[in-house]
Amino acid sequence: MTSASQYLFKGLAGLCLAAACTAHATLPIQEWQTANGARVLFVETHDLPMFDLAVDFPAGASRDLRDKSGLASLTLELMRSGAGDMSEGEIAERLASIGADMSERFDLDRAGYGLRSLSSARERDESLKILATVLQKPTFPQPILEREQQRTLAALKEAESRPEVLAEREFKHLVYGQHPYSQRGAGELNTVAKLQRDDVVNFYRQHYVADHATVSIIGDLTRKEASAIAELLTVGLPSKSQRVALLPPVQQLKSAQLSRIPHPATQAHILIGQPGIKRLDPDYFALFLGNQVLGGGGFASRLNEEIRQKRGYAYSAYSYFNPLALEGPFQIALQTKSEQAEQALKVAQDTLANFVAEGPTQQELDAAKQNIIGGFALRIDSNKKIQDYLAIIGFYRLPLTYLDDFPVKIEKLTLEQVKDAWRRRIYPDRMVTVIVAGTEAH
Amino acid sequence: MLVKEDHRSPVIVTMVWYRAGSMDEVSSTTGVAHMLEHMMFKGTKSVPAGEFSRTIARAGGRENAFTSHDYTAYYQQLHNSKLSLALELEADRMSNLNFAQDEFAREMNVVMEERRSRTDDNPHAQVHEQMMATVYMAHPYRTPIIGWMNDLQNMQLADARAWYEKWYTPNNATLVVAGDVKPDDVFKLGEKYFGALPSRTPPARKVQTEPPQAGIKRIIVKAQAELPYVAMAYHAPSLRDVEHDWEPYALAVLSGILDGSDASRLNRELVRKMRVADSANANYDMLNRGPALFFLDGVPAAGKTVQDVEAALREQIRLLVTEGVSNDELMRVKAQVTAAQVYARDSVYYQAMRIGMLQTIGLPYDSSDLQVRKLQQVTAEQVRDVARKYLVDDNLTVAVLDPQPLPAGKRPRPNPEGGARDQR
Repeated sequence: MTSASQYLFKGLAGLCLAAACTAHATLPIQEWQTANGARVLFVETHDLPMFDLAVDFPAGASRDLRDKSGLASLTLELMRSGAGDMSEGEIAERLASIGADMSERFDLDRAGYGLRSLSSARERDESLKILATVLQKPTFPQPILEREQQRTLAALKEAESRPEVLAEREFKHLVYGQHPYSQRGAGELNTVAKLQRDDVVNFYRQHYVADHATVSIIGDLTRKEASAIAELLTVGLPSKSQRVALLPPVQQLKSAQLSRIPHPATQAHILIGQPGIKRLDPDYFALFLGNQVLGGGGFASRLNEEIRQKRGYAYSAYSYFNPLALEGPFQIALQTKSEQAEQALKVAQDTLANFVAEGPTQQELDAAKQNIIGGFALRIDSNKKIQDYLAIIGFYRLPLTYLDDFPVKIEKLTLEQVKDAWRRRIYPDRMVTVIVAGTEAH
Repeated sequence: MLVKEDHRSPVIVTMVWYRAGSMDEVSSTTGVAHMLEHMMFKGTKSVPAGEFSRTIARAGGRENAFTSHDYTAYYQQLHNSKLSLALELEADRMSNLNFAQDEFAREMNVVMEERRSRTDDNPHAQVHEQMMATVYMAHPYRTPIIGWMNDLQNMQLADARAWYEKWYTPNNATLVVAGDVKPDDVFKLGEKYFGALPSRTPPARKVQTEPPQAGIKRIIVKAQAELPYVAMAYHAPSLRDVEHDWEPYALAVLSGILDGSDASRLNRELVRKMRVADSANANYDMLNRGPALFFLDGVPAAGKTVQDVEAALREQIRLLVTEGVSNDELMRVKAQVTAAQVYARDSVYYQAMRIGMLQTIGLPYDSSDLQVRKLQQVTAEQVRDVARKYLVDDNLTVAVLDPQPLPAGKRPRPNPEGGARDQR
């Protein structure tokens, strides 16, 4: 099966110029630093007259102070609401008139902007000029800040009525306690209302720093052009010459916790989980492969089989890891009509407990390996997907051979290694369980 | 059989499209098109229930299916060495499907959960569902694709089987393969697997025309939510003749002028300048087997009402008709159309999707480029003309969400100080 990796990158192999290719990389990722220290990852491909890029910073929701929750997200949004001598409307109109898409990128760890544009000179130069100005010279107009605060508060108020939002928020609070990973990007009603323009300006100055930035680029550009682009996008940003501030460590759960939130929706929303894995976790591949069997493999996975196919309890039932700089969540999620919430919960719990105790069968493990390895080409079959991987490899300092190594590492894992990782890392008897459901359920 | 070559990556998308969707259903069995889609994963004489999905997964693939008003389609995404496997499995379930009562009963529970999740617990989806049932008195677009809950509760295995026997035949299907393949290989394998299947003549389809609307229709939908919402739908034509029609293209450009980007009118005027709405959208899809609708909707900003939002949306229509659109606006929409056509080529899945959809709704499968050229030819005067002709009250249905907040006693407890909690 290892032969799979030899033809995975067929479509890109032709692009690999002898001088530009590092000896180890099948996907020809080029890497360098800008003059002021931003990390750049680039893949050159001229198949389509377009390019995709992103500039990411360690400025996600986990960088919010608890009493200013929502600040990181608001700062990012406001950057496109006025920059240099351009108003919000001018930025929007100039992007639209060249058909370019500039979009916010935001999660617990990262915040930044992505850009998709045609590579023809006019479109390319104009879109890059706008993005560079947004990144380097945001003006944060006070009236727009107030408008966006009001819109966020309204959206949060609406969200308070949604069972899936209530479940997710309770889950994060119980799994992460006081840790920054308990925070949601949009913030809370009582924190967003208090945010001031000074908060935004200070957050921007502190976090949008050149030598903490990752620039990921793929498309119809030469190395020389990509290099000039990376400089243009970061040249006006300060360099700190110090490492990114560390987040406090994530604490493992000490005991099981169950939280029930009453809600009149027809379906119960059930979440089960705990802190999961880091991006650079030694158990990453073993847990990822095992999860393919448990609940990450769609219709072929156990949770789907037990909850949906055998019993008809739910339309969707799955498990996932969200690997982050620190231990992002491991979560099992399902929705079922309120009256059968308890039965469905029990099936999910039993399926998990059994999986951790016994592990997958050899047959299940082989099937999961075949899926991941045989389907690896699908993970990188478009510029957009490759750009997403470049951003992850750059931001989390993964090896440039990450994508080449991936199927190889999966292939090498034994049944015992997968069982062992799950037994060491996943604790069915001290997990968080959240049930948002009507009173009929209990 | 249609093939679109894309050799950038060694992957393929295989799709089988059936020209049968919820618009082909009859009263009392709404949802059967979608239910049959679910049953297609429940086994054949030679492939047991669940084995289709497991086989594709072992081959490194992803697979699923979707049902619309107009069609039902099944797809696999795979390494290009697995073409034969996908075609063999799809051909098998085109004519050898099992209909087991216990599988049907369980899957119906799954579908009812899907309905709860997508519609019953989603206030905007409820508004949309009830609006469609009001917009159309006669045309089958009035029923939800997933079906009314009552029809799901009463559906029989025989209904699903009858649907299958009526529509699942090679001469009512299109095979689409996109990706790193040679067309000849696809045609050979397609002939091998599908060529031997028996063809049946599907029943004649009767033309169903919605009687003309004469007078505005209004409904109020109460649902559990915090914020109100208003949606408006105008009857509009679908694209029928790619070369000679012009109104659908003008309506598509009009939709782009109102809501194609952050620079478009609704966002600029209603959200940013007037602060009457927290969001405002326009939408028009010209690609349908049946008639089209031109939608507008919005969520009022704090202190504003749905009446304020409706008035502001109507004012935008009045301005379109009285003052027309600027050349800059027109150029912006056209630039986006041009760019979108290039961006679409980055996704093999999207390319297959587009071809299959065009063919299935009855337009030339290769007419995408022509459609883009026709969009580029739309004039400001045409945009104004279609606004004047179609965005009129006699053509309009307005649906308002009257939000029903959670009862006070049942409100979830607020999280103090941004959710600080120290239970561990």
